[in-house]
Amino acid sequence: MAAIPERLAGIHHETRTYTGIWSWLASVDHKKIGIMYIVSALFFMAFGGAEALIVRLQLWQPNNHLVSAETFNQLFTMHGVTMIFLVAMPILIGFINAIVPLQIGARDVAFPRMNALSLWLFVFGGLFLYSSFLFGSMPDAGWFNYVPLSGAHYSPGVGIDFYDIGLQITGIGTLMTAINFLVTILNMRAPGMRLLRMPLFTWSALITMLLILFAFPPITVNLILQMFDRLFGANFFNIAGGGNALLWQNLFWIFGHPEVYIVILPAFGIISEIVPVFAKKVLFGYESMAMALSIIAFLSFMVWTHHMFADGLGPVVNSIFAITSMLIAVPTGIKIFNWLATLWGGRIHFKTAMMYALSFIPLFVIGGVSGVMLAMAPADLQYNDSYFVVAHFHYVLFGGTLMGALAGLYYWFPKIWGRVLNETLGKWNFWLVFIGFNVTFFPMHIVGLEGMPRRIATYSAGYGWTIWNQVSTVGAFILLVGMLILLYNLITTFMRKADAPGDPWDGRALEWATSSPAPEYNFAQTPLVRARDAFWVEKYEGDGTVPAAEPAGPIHMPSPSLAPIGIAFTLVLAGYGAVLHSAVIGGFFLLVTFWQIGRSLVAEDHGYHVTPQIGGGSQ
Amino acid sequence: MRWKQRGFRVTLPLLAVGAAVLLSGCGVSKQSALAPVGPVARAQLGMFWESLAIMTGIFVIVVAVFLYSLIRFRARKTDTGLPKQVHGNTTLEIAWTIIPIVLLVFLAIPTVHYAYAFGDVPPNAMKVDVVGHQFWWEFDYPGSGVTTANQVHIPVNTKVDFVLTSADVIHSFWVPRLGGKTDLIPGRVNNLWLESNQTGTFYGQCAQLCGAGHAYMKFTVLVQTQAAYDAWLQSMQHPTVSVTTPLEQAGMKLFSQDCATCHTIGGTAFNGKVGPNLTELMQRPTIAAGTLTNTPANLAQWLHNPPAVKPGALMPNLHLSQTQIQSLVAFLETLK
Repeated sequence: MAAIPERLAGIHHETRTYTGIWSWLASVDHKKIGIMYIVSALFFMAFGGAEALIVRLQLWQPNNHLVSAETFNQLFTMHGVTMIFLVAMPILIGFINAIVPLQIGARDVAFPRMNALSLWLFVFGGLFLYSSFLFGSMPDAGWFNYVPLSGAHYSPGVGIDFYDIGLQITGIGTLMTAINFLVTILNMRAPGMRLLRMPLFTWSALITMLLILFAFPPITVNLILQMFDRLFGANFFNIAGGGNALLWQNLFWIFGHPEVYIVILPAFGIISEIVPVFAKKVLFGYESMAMALSIIAFLSFMVWTHHMFADGLGPVVNSIFAITSMLIAVPTGIKIFNWLATLWGGRIHFKTAMMYALSFIPLFVIGGVSGVMLAMAPADLQYNDSYFVVAHFHYVLFGGTLMGALAGLYYWFPKIWGRVLNETLGKWNFWLVFIGFNVTFFPMHIVGLEGMPRRIATYSAGYGWTIWNQVSTVGAFILLVGMLILLYNLITTFMRKADAPGDPWDGRALEWATSSPAPEYNFAQTPLVRARDAFWVEKYEGDGTVPAAEPAGPIHMPSPSLAPIGIAFTLVLAGYGAVLHSAVIGGFFLLVTFWQIGRSLVAEDHGYHVTPQIGGGSQ
Repeated sequence: MRWKQRGFRVTLPLLAVGAAVLLSGCGVSKQSALAPVGPVARAQLGMFWESLAIMTGIFVIVVAVFLYSLIRFRARKTDTGLPKQVHGNTTLEIAWTIIPIVLLVFLAIPTVHYAYAFGDVPPNAMKVDVVGHQFWWEFDYPGSGVTTANQVHIPVNTKVDFVLTSADVIHSFWVPRLGGKTDLIPGRVNNLWLESNQTGTFYGQCAQLCGAGHAYMKFTVLVQTQAAYDAWLQSMQHPTVSVTTPLEQAGMKLFSQDCATCHTIGGTAFNGKVGPNLTELMQRPTIAAGTLTNTPANLAQWLHNPPAVKPGALMPNLHLSQTQIQSLVAFLETLK
C-alpha cells in the first residue's frame, strides 16, 4: 500500500472479487477470455470432428445405410457450421485475445467487459445451435443454407431457425470483437510500437478485424431477412411471393469469401511469428508481408461470385470475378516466398510448433493452386459442388487454418498456460495429423474429378469412387488418433507444474518479455518499444530487458463482472422464444437483456488497483 | 546441387506415373470429367491439364526450395552465433510478384475465351427444356409435345441447348462426360449447351444440395444417331398402350384411381402433372431417378414404399396390397 502515490490514495475503491469457477465466469481479463475461447473451440471441435467421422463411415461403401439421408444432411451441415463458426474463428480469436495485447504491450483490450460479452455470446450461441438436437431438427441445408431449400416451405422444422438465430447471436459477439480489437490495436500500443513495428500476428489480427467489420453485416442482414421470412411470413426469399433466390447467395458470399480470409489471415500471422523464431532469422520482407495481408483483404471483397459460377450469371460477370480471384494468388504467393526466404540461410530448429508451421507451407500451396484452378470459371463448372471443391477448401481450412492454429497452440501454450507441451507426444501428434490429413483429403480431388458431387448421402457402385472414399475414411481415423494424442498431451501437460520460463523459444515479440503465464496486468511497467522484434532486439543488441515507458506503481485494472454472461444468457433465452414462436418468452427475455445492458451502461466501474512486485512480471 | 538434380530425376517420373494412375488408371470413368465425349467437356479438361501443369510446376519449385532449405539449413550442434539476418531483397520480391502475374495471364486468356464460348448459346442449337423437381428430372422437347423424365435423348454431334428451370428448390444439372454443370434456379432461366460426339449412355446427377433425396436425383443422357433419335421422338409423339391380360387391365384401372392425378401416360387419358411422365416407361434403364434398375421386381419394391427407396420422395406410401402392386407392375410393363 505504501507504494500507492498520494494522488491515488483517495480513489482506491473496493471491488468485488470472485474465486473458483466464478473468477472465470466474471473475468474481463483478455488472457482468461482467450483461454476460454480456445477451450470452447476445442470442445466444439470434438463435435465437428465426430460429425465428420460419421460422414466418412457412411461413405465407406456404396449404398450404405449407417445413417439416414436426413441425418446425413444434418451431419455435414453441422460439421461445416461448427468448424467455421465455432472452431476456426473462435480458436483464432482466442489466440488474438491471449496474445495481441501482450504483443503490443497493452494492459488489456480497449473494452474488457464487451470482450467478455463477445465470448459468452459465442459460447451460448454455439450451445444454442447444438440444442436444436433436443428439438428434433438440426440445420440441414448445408453451411451456406441456400434458399429456397432453407425456406419455411421446404424446411418446415425448427433446424433452420436455430441456424438463423444462433448465427446472429454468435455474429454479434464476433462484430464486437472486431470493434474491440480495432480500437485496441490502433489506440493501445505501447510507446514506440509504430504500426510498422507491430508483430505480423498483430498485423494479421488488425486486418482480420477490419474484414469482420465489413463482412459480418451482409450475413447478418441475410439472417434477419430469413428470420422475417420464416417467423413472420415475409417474402424476401419466397420465389412465389416475388422473392429472389440469388439475393441470399450474393449476400452470403459477400460475407462468405472474406470469411475464408478471416480464418486464414491470423494463421498467416502465426506462421510469420513462428518461422523467424525457429529459423533464428528475421522475417524476410516484413513490409511486403503487411502489405500482402492488406491487399488480400481488399481483394477478398471482390471475388464472391466465384462461388456462384454455376448460377448462369453470364460471361461478363464470370470473367471479371475469375480474374479478380486469380489475382489473390499474387499477394498470397508473396507470403509463401517470403517464408521460404526466411528459412533460407537460417538455423532451423524442428520443434513441434515449427513442424506445424512448416507443414502449413506445402499444404497451403496445394490449397492455393487448386484455388487458382477453381478460379477458371469455365473449368470450374466441372469442379463446382464436386468433391474437388471439398478437397480444395479442406487444404485451405485444415491444411492452412487448423495447422496454423495447432502451430500456435504448441508455440503459445507456455505463454498461455505456463507449461511447455511434451515434444515427443507433439511429434507423434504432428505426423499422424499430417499423414491423416493428406490421406483423407487428397483423394477427394480425384473422386471429385471422377464426378462425385459433394453432399450426397450415398453413391452406387461402379463409378470408381468406392476405393477413394475408403482411403479417405481410413485417413480420417488416422487423423482421429493424431488428435487424441494432442488431447492427451494437452491434459497431461496441464497436470504438470507450471514451470515454463518467460521466454522458452528465444522469442522475438513482446509477449515473451513477461512471465509465463503473464501476470494479470501483463507488464509491471508498460514497455518502451525501440524497434521491430522489440524483445529480440533488446536481447541481442541491448541488455536483455525491455526498457520501461513509465515509472513503477499501482496498476488500474477493470473490475470483474457477471453482467456479460448474464446478457448473453438471456439473449439466448430470447432466441428460444423466437424458435418456439413465442412472443411472450422472446419479448420477456429481450427486455431482460436490454435491462441488463442498460444497467451495465449506467453503472460506474471504478476498477481497482494492483501493485506489481518490482521486477515481477518481466524477464 | 547434385542432390537436387538427383531428386528431380527420381520425383518427376514418379509424379507423372502417379498422376496417370491416380487420374485415369483405375478404369472406371462412368461419370468422370476426365473422360470427355464432347467439345465442352474436352475444353474444360484442356483447361484442367493446362492449369494443373502450371500449378504442379509452381508446387514442385516451392517444395524443392522448401525441402532443400529444411535439410541444408537445419540447426547443427556446431552452429555458433546467429545466421546472417536478411531483411529483404527488392529484386527477388519484384520477381516473385511479376512471375505469378505472367503465369496468371496464361490462365486468364482461356478462362475469358471459354467463359464467352460456353456462355453464348449457338443460335441453331436444338432446345430441350429441363425442369428440376425434388427429386427427379423432367425433360420437355419444345414444339413436339414430348415430355419424358430422368432419361434425356439427344442426337449425336448436335449442339443441344438445355434450358434449365426449377419447380421447387435449386438443383444442378451435371453430366461430367459432356461438360460442366449449371444450376436450375427457381425464378430464373439458365442455358447450358452441350454436345456429344459419341453415342451411348452418359450419366449425370444433381450437384446442388436439394433435400433428403439429393443423392438419389440421377439421370442418364442417351446419345443416339439422328435416325434413332428421330424414331424415338416419333414414337413418343404417337404412343400406343395395349392392355390385354386381366391383370394388366386391373392395373390400369387402379392407375386411373390412385396414380393418374400425378402421372401422365401418353396414349391414355391419364394426364397428371405432379410426378414424372411415364410414357414409354419401359424404354428407360432405371426408375426413381436412377435409384433402381428398371425391373419388375424393383418396380414392385418402389410401389411398395417409395420414400423407403428414395429418401424424401414426394410420392407417398400408398399402402398397396401385393395383388395391387402386381397388377400395377403388369400394367406399367406394357408401356413400351
